[in-house]
Amino acid sequence: MNSNVNSVDSLVTEIQGLSGSSQDVAHLNNILKQSEDVIRSQAATFASCLTLLDPSIHSLGYLYVLEACTAGPVPEAQANEIILHVVRFIDACSVEQIRLASDKFISVCKRLHELVMILNAPMRAVGPLLTAIRKIQPSPEHLTPLHPDFLQVCLLAKCYKSGYSILEDDICEVDQPRDFFLYCYYGGMICIGQKRFAKALELFHNVVTAPMSTLNAIAVEAYKKYILVSLIHLRQFSATFPKYTSSVAQRNLKNLTQPYVELANIYSTGNVSELKEFVQANQEKYENGNNLGLVKQVVSSMYKRNIQRLTQTYLTLSLQDIANTAQINTHKEAEMHVLEMIEDGEIFATINQKDGMVRFLEDPEQYKTCEMIEHIDSSIQRIMKLSKKLTTMDESLSCDPLYLSKVGRERQRFDFDDFDNVPQKFNL
Amino acid sequence: METEDEAGGQITDEIYTNGGEDESPSQQRRPTISGEQLDIEAYAALYTGRTKISRLIFISDKCNNVSMQLEALRMAYDEIKKGENTQLFREVVQKIDGRLGPNFGSDSGWMDSVDRRADQRKEKLENELNAYRTNLIKESIRMGYNDFGDFYYAHGALGDAFKNYVRTRDYCTTSKHIIHMCLNAILVSIEMGQFAHVTSYVSKAEQNKTDLDSITIAKLQCAAGLAHLEAKKYKHAARKFLETAPELGNNYSEVIAAQDVATYGGLCALASFDRAELKAKVIDNINFRNFLELVPEVRELIHDFYSSHYASCLDYLGNLKSNLLLDIHLHDHVEALYTQIRNKALIQYTHPFVSVDLNMMANAFKTTVAGLQKELEALITDNQIQARIDSHNKILYARHADQRKATFQRVLQTGVEFDRDVRAMLLRANLIKYDYNLKASRKI
Repeated sequence: MNSNVNSVDSLVTEIQGLSGSSQDVAHLNNILKQSEDVIRSQAATFASCLTLLDPSIHSLGYLYVLEACTAGPVPEAQANEIILHVVRFIDACSVEQIRLASDKFISVCKRLHELVMILNAPMRAVGPLLTAIRKIQPSPEHLTPLHPDFLQVCLLAKCYKSGYSILEDDICEVDQPRDFFLYCYYGGMICIGQKRFAKALELFHNVVTAPMSTLNAIAVEAYKKYILVSLIHLRQFSATFPKYTSSVAQRNLKNLTQPYVELANIYSTGNVSELKEFVQANQEKYENGNNLGLVKQVVSSMYKRNIQRLTQTYLTLSLQDIANTAQINTHKEAEMHVLEMIEDGEIFATINQKDGMVRFLEDPEQYKTCEMIEHIDSSIQRIMKLSKKLTTMDESLSCDPLYLSKVGRERQRFDFDDFDNVPQKFNL
Repeated sequence: METEDEAGGQITDEIYTNGGEDESPSQQRRPTISGEQLDIEAYAALYTGRTKISRLIFISDKCNNVSMQLEALRMAYDEIKKGENTQLFREVVQKIDGRLGPNFGSDSGWMDSVDRRADQRKEKLENELNAYRTNLIKESIRMGYNDFGDFYYAHGALGDAFKNYVRTRDYCTTSKHIIHMCLNAILVSIEMGQFAHVTSYVSKAEQNKTDLDSITIAKLQCAAGLAHLEAKKYKHAARKFLETAPELGNNYSEVIAAQDVATYGGLCALASFDRAELKAKVIDNINFRNFLELVPEVRELIHDFYSSHYASCLDYLGNLKSNLLLDIHLHDHVEALYTQIRNKALIQYTHPFVSVDLNMMANAFKTTVAGLQKELEALITDNQIQARIDSHNKILYARHADQRKATFQRVLQTGVEFDRDVRAMLLRANLIKYDYNLKASRKI
């Protein structure tokens, strides 16, 4: 058989002939790899054969040709057409076939992302990219290079909900640190949009504490948002880094985020007017960092923080006193804040409008209901699963030859006498 | 003229002494007793040497009362004239600024003669020391350095004095010598305010246990107590002062008076001990009782505190405050100690009750309900009192922690945290693995 594909016709025949069983497809993959240069050099002529192929049956061949066609610069007029092609392909293609050439698939999807950005229509890529991620992912735990792109278009198109759907899967396998940083950063912003502050905090925390040898802008921006979200959600901010944070981050982040760290310091004093003054003075800096909205939320969370502290100390307190201690202008406003907090389940209280008194109650949860037990049970299950995963990972790492050789070398350096080829203990 | 003035001043001072230190009832009759009642004459008589001068100067710096300031400066002037410290003399003369008449002006004749004598003495000491050094007689060299230390100390060159005292260390042959060296070093360090040195030399001296007599032990304990006080470790300071043996008497007047031991120890103990410790280590402490007898106010206020008469205890404290602020060692810590004592009192007051009427409590503490509420609020926020305030009915209710509920909450919280941390850790491990693989593949 002629393994070198020269003409459009022979290529089409090969593709059509070898798209059946998995063996055939693997063979086809080899042929296509060899003739990649040819396809690419004559992309324009090969484009015509796309009409002869069915994206759902001949996915692999279709992918190669499509990739070649989209690789070059695309005039804006044609962009629309190409987007349509790609979108149709992503919808129809067969999962088994595209995984053979995942790098091609990813570059096609990245191309789609670029094109919608040029056309300024991020919405068009939201659905297709989600499908693409699901198709290319070996398991929901894998982070693909498409994740950050997808989250970015979600952000731009304000489709927070579909973005959040992908964040619900816990990522565990990471190939590219940069993808991971962007994934966490965009993901955190989407969570903020969805008001899932706890999850946002976790994602930003991952960026800040990720191992890195040089500081990157993503981490700096993430740290800014981390401070703000921490203030909004936890109503406090701890300025010390966990000890596993990389040393570059520990050394530099605070210097690069001065106005934010100071904001947190002022927040901790509980003085509303001072906080407002500081925000006013630094408004421009926050605006340039695109964080002014969050900063405003921080200011309003300050009232809630102050009110929440009162619940620790008081059993009853008049609205006027609440307004005074929490530095709220009028008792009407204070009543509104208290009401909001009761509705959100943040505090447990009743308002007596006749006397203008608020009575703070204890958390009525008794931990006796079926739902609570179910909740606890599911938590236990989740943690058991997690620790199983931890054990597996520990085992796989203890068998990793690279790791073993490194540990072995270090042992040798420490004690010569009882050195033995296989380390006996692993203190992870 | 001058002598008459002086005598008059003394007489009024004597009267105040009797009034102020006589007994507590007289103080209670005049609760608004203020700083002007500090009897400088009696106060200064408790001390000797350099500390007397520094304390007097300190009082003149801190006190706003002109007559008292001048009184302190006058005594400092007289005291310095007895010594050889011309530097300090100049300072005091400048502070007096001619306000005490011609007899307390700058005495250049005296200064010149002192300086001249000092130069001669220094030369003599140098020659002697050189001779000893060439002969390599250890004991003589030690004496030589020691003399130098004494010389510098007398002339106010504390840094040099310290250096020379410490230098004797290499020539110490018996543990007595070492203890002597340490005591000298401690003395100078306290004057310089270098309390880190104090701690280290105290521990050095204490290593020679067998050769310490009871007076020296007491001295060392006082010095250690001062160092802890200065470092704001009030509990440790209290323990040291409380352990001080009554043999101390007037033997350490160049640093501290027995009255000070009672005041420092008593206040630090009140601020940092719990009830049981207070009873065991202060009230039942026979040794310390001897000290407390010297300052009846402190004794009374400790007993009041223990028997829960907080109002009178706080009264005593209030009366003592202005005088304590004039104390060279305690002035920085008065506020902190007072706040701690007050908080302790508040906590103890509420402790045995399920509910407390704030009006009654405010009476007991001589304050307003609103003020009390603020204080309680701070303590509750700090988790020092487990209670909540019913501000409508002005009642404080003790809060009984629901163990079961708290456990559930904590368990769930811990679960969430564990979950989050482990996942983050797995991710980081993965990133490191990636990084490592990358490096390894590059090497190949």
